[in-house]
Amino acid sequence: MNQELPERLIDESMRRVDGRKPDELRPIKIEVGVLSNADGSAYIEQGRNKILAAVYGPKEVHPRHLSLPDRALLRCRYHMAPFSVEERKSPAPSRREIELSKVIREALEPAIFLERYPRTAIDIFIEILQADGGTRCAGITVASLALADAGIPMRDLVVACAAGKVDGTIVLDLNDVEDKLGEADLPVAVMPSLNAVTLLQMDGLLTLEEFEQAINLAIDGCKRIYKLQKEALKAKYLAIKEEVEE
Amino acid sequence: MPVFYDNRELVTPGDLLAEGNYAAGKNTYKVGNRIYASQLGLMEYDKREVRVVALNAFYTPSVGDLVIGKIVEVNVNGWTVDINAPYLATLKASDVIERFRPQRDDLLSVLDIGDLITAKIVSYDRSRPPTLTIREPGLGKITYGQVVKITPTKIPRVIGRKGSMISVLKRETGCKIVVGQNGLILVQGRNPEDERLVVMAIHKIEREAHTSGLTDRVTEMIRKGRVARNESGVAGKANR
Repeated sequence: MNQELPERLIDESMRRVDGRKPDELRPIKIEVGVLSNADGSAYIEQGRNKILAAVYGPKEVHPRHLSLPDRALLRCRYHMAPFSVEERKSPAPSRREIELSKVIREALEPAIFLERYPRTAIDIFIEILQADGGTRCAGITVASLALADAGIPMRDLVVACAAGKVDGTIVLDLNDVEDKLGEADLPVAVMPSLNAVTLLQMDGLLTLEEFEQAINLAIDGCKRIYKLQKEALKAKYLAIKEEVEE
Repeated sequence: MPVFYDNRELVTPGDLLAEGNYAAGKNTYKVGNRIYASQLGLMEYDKREVRVVALNAFYTPSVGDLVIGKIVEVNVNGWTVDINAPYLATLKASDVIERFRPQRDDLLSVLDIGDLITAKIVSYDRSRPPTLTIREPGLGKITYGQVVKITPTKIPRVIGRKGSMISVLKRETGCKIVVGQNGLILVQGRNPEDERLVVMAIHKIEREAHTSGLTDRVTEMIRKGRVARNESGVAGKANR
């Protein structure tokens, strides 16, 4: 996909490698309830990212000894398909995937009323079908939709978006090239209605002012994606309503 | 005390529903004096309370509920039953067999793995799995008919206001219908065609539960189905 690396990531007219403005998101398409065998599911396309999420539960915990007496056990698997990147990726979970699974689980945990369902498990599967940078953020965004689709009580939807610095400019929603060649990447996950941050990571270097600018930009991006999330969640039911009530 | 959504408006988790002196009803939660939705569903409110009717949810057991379950395990002194809930339920042998003797009685001959039963929940709390009873008239092993699974939140819609929907289904098809609160519905008719008609109607109700004028559409659908069947001569004479 990105064979020849661009010399500059931002041109004279402040356009990025894919033609976006610094504060512009990639085009996003979301669909909810795409898998009939899962209790809840969702699919997202964010730029060239294609991600599928499925949720099962709450259900009995297997193996039994893992169950928690006071709350539900949340298990999360972030996995990249072998064909999701240019060079075939081994399907075995890598160090990076294991870490991201944990980070995503911890970003979603505060949104779920886990204490209401002791001794049960909720399983989340996030499958990256095609990756183009920012998959952890898009993964969190779809996973929270899959949870809501499964009917699991939540405080709020969790939505994530990254900001970063490329060629000295603070930009929103980095793609793969910008992430690899840029100076900094700052993924943020929030629960917008509650004004709470559930994930904050940083890779690279930013000054204090730049950091502040970047985090505000990322949160602004999250709020824009949040609107799309809500629309997608309602779309399934509004379509039926229109169909029968003509 | 403002309310931010209309009655029967679609809301998503995290939506701020109301502020002020309301009680947080079903599928909502309260932070300070703000009430938020915790499910995707339809908003409902009155003077006192704000609640959300969820569009999709799993079944949470509650004492006194009639449920339909499947035997998944036979133990020394009882059965383990899948009741479509986060927890497996138990049915004690002493509840089913009078003067139960573990050494003599063969539980497999009473209820085997895969058998379906109608049962009532007698106890359930956070610390132990729900227990069932079949010691009431009409409960016990299901011997014929079809079982349909729908999302448990739509059970009230299948029953309808004061049982209006279910009585339409029964009257129009002549089937016996047992509605489990856990989302499983047993349909017993005089022939499989009648049952199939009810199953189709139930799926329609599930799909269109959040719309209005549903009872009329379902009645119409069943009547059309019956006419089509009688014309093609599948049922032969009408079963009345």
